[in-house]
Amino acid sequence: MEWTTLFDIALGAILINNFILVQFLGICPFMGVSKKMDTAVGMGFAVIFVMALASALCYPVNVLLESLDLKYMQTVAFILVIAALVQFVEMFLKKSMPSLYEALGVYLPLITTNCAVLGAVLLNVQNHYNFIESVVYGITGGAGFLLAIVLFASIRERLEFSDPPKAFQGFPIALVTAGLMALSFMGFQGLQIPW
Amino acid sequence: MNIFYAVLTLGALGGVFGLVLAVASKVFEVKTDPRLDLILDCLPGANCGGCGYPGCAGCAAAILEKKAPVNACPSCSGLQTSRIAAVMGVEVQAVERRVAFVRCSGGDRAGHKFERYVGLEDCVAAMKVSGNGTLDCSFGCLGRGTCVKVCKFDAIHINAHGVAEVDREKCTCCMQCAAACPRHVIVSMPYAVDVVLPCANHEKGASAKAHCAVSCIGCKLCERNCPAGAITVTNNVARIDYDKCTSCGTCVTKCPRKLIVDIHADGKVAPVVKQ
Repeated sequence: MEWTTLFDIALGAILINNFILVQFLGICPFMGVSKKMDTAVGMGFAVIFVMALASALCYPVNVLLESLDLKYMQTVAFILVIAALVQFVEMFLKKSMPSLYEALGVYLPLITTNCAVLGAVLLNVQNHYNFIESVVYGITGGAGFLLAIVLFASIRERLEFSDPPKAFQGFPIALVTAGLMALSFMGFQGLQIPW
Repeated sequence: MNIFYAVLTLGALGGVFGLVLAVASKVFEVKTDPRLDLILDCLPGANCGGCGYPGCAGCAAAILEKKAPVNACPSCSGLQTSRIAAVMGVEVQAVERRVAFVRCSGGDRAGHKFERYVGLEDCVAAMKVSGNGTLDCSFGCLGRGTCVKVCKFDAIHINAHGVAEVDREKCTCCMQCAAACPRHVIVSMPYAVDVVLPCANHEKGASAKAHCAVSCIGCKLCERNCPAGAITVTNNVARIDYDKCTSCGTCVTKCPRKLIVDIHADGKVAPVVKQ
């Protein structure tokens, strides 16, 4: 394992192949909870948390599935794993870390069926990452999500005071903004590590 | 054969996770007082913060721990409060209902520095315009609706004159509008009043008159004529002490600026002021 490989994965997950703005995964929470900065930050950290844990737990499950020649069951199995994991983590946090539980609050159960989390796990498998690489991809993918949603929330807070034409008020202008942000993130496609 | 493996594997995975969750729900069980949910059901759920606790859940927890009285929520009606009191097994002390009040009626009747304001539609932004805001009067309501945005009860609106006005029926006196107002022109007052004085201009008579057509000039006519001694003029602006006010209406007739008004003058309630 090389540090450069991990750095490559991290850079790819945060900027070049950002989950929201390049791969268009996890758009639902991106639009849903980005109206205020504090909810956006809460959601972002919850995604990092769950993505890292799901990547770690799904790795052995995938090894099991591959050894039994059941690769086509990956999606179903991973959804099961993620849903159970989130439930378990929620119970665990409620008992032993109430402050973290309060901070993540409603966002933790919300991401149970988030396509970004499932997408991260499936991409781990597609890219043949080993255990450590999977976890790094999970954490940095979540960090990319946090980056995108925080940027978007700050723009939307400013949009509250602007006066767009009536047809654009609310969600339409937010969607236009998200599209422009995705366009600007295309600039990172040229970013490559030459080794 | 393959389908057999698939069913077995997924079944086993599901079974294991189910078992783990079942065990975890026992191991990590957190006991909550059932009264908490009952109290939370009675609270409005707007999380307005008027009680001083972080949201309705915080308020319910404080009531449960007897840190807050059962009527801690300013937005709850008497019925809701009595239900909370029943849950907690205590008696309610009656409290006077209060509402928010905007101490300004200027708007388009006050002088404006510019022909047209093109900045952000927000009082905090309008306040940053050079020379203490867009109005000539440096005390009055800017009318850009910052208070309207923060009100969780749809109880404050910009009226036809361009001044924020409280809907006294909807207002719960959570005072979030007062906290948001950069002019600090919103105060709380008893619900059961008849006369109000909507001005907060502390300037001397001449400049108050020059800056706004409906300003208090501090002439003390109301103070001298009030039979109950309920009005005092301090810093060139009159204020009514509602503990002493008898709603006789003398000040309404005496005010040379027609500024002190009977709030029932629109005919909704029979006028109490005898002309």
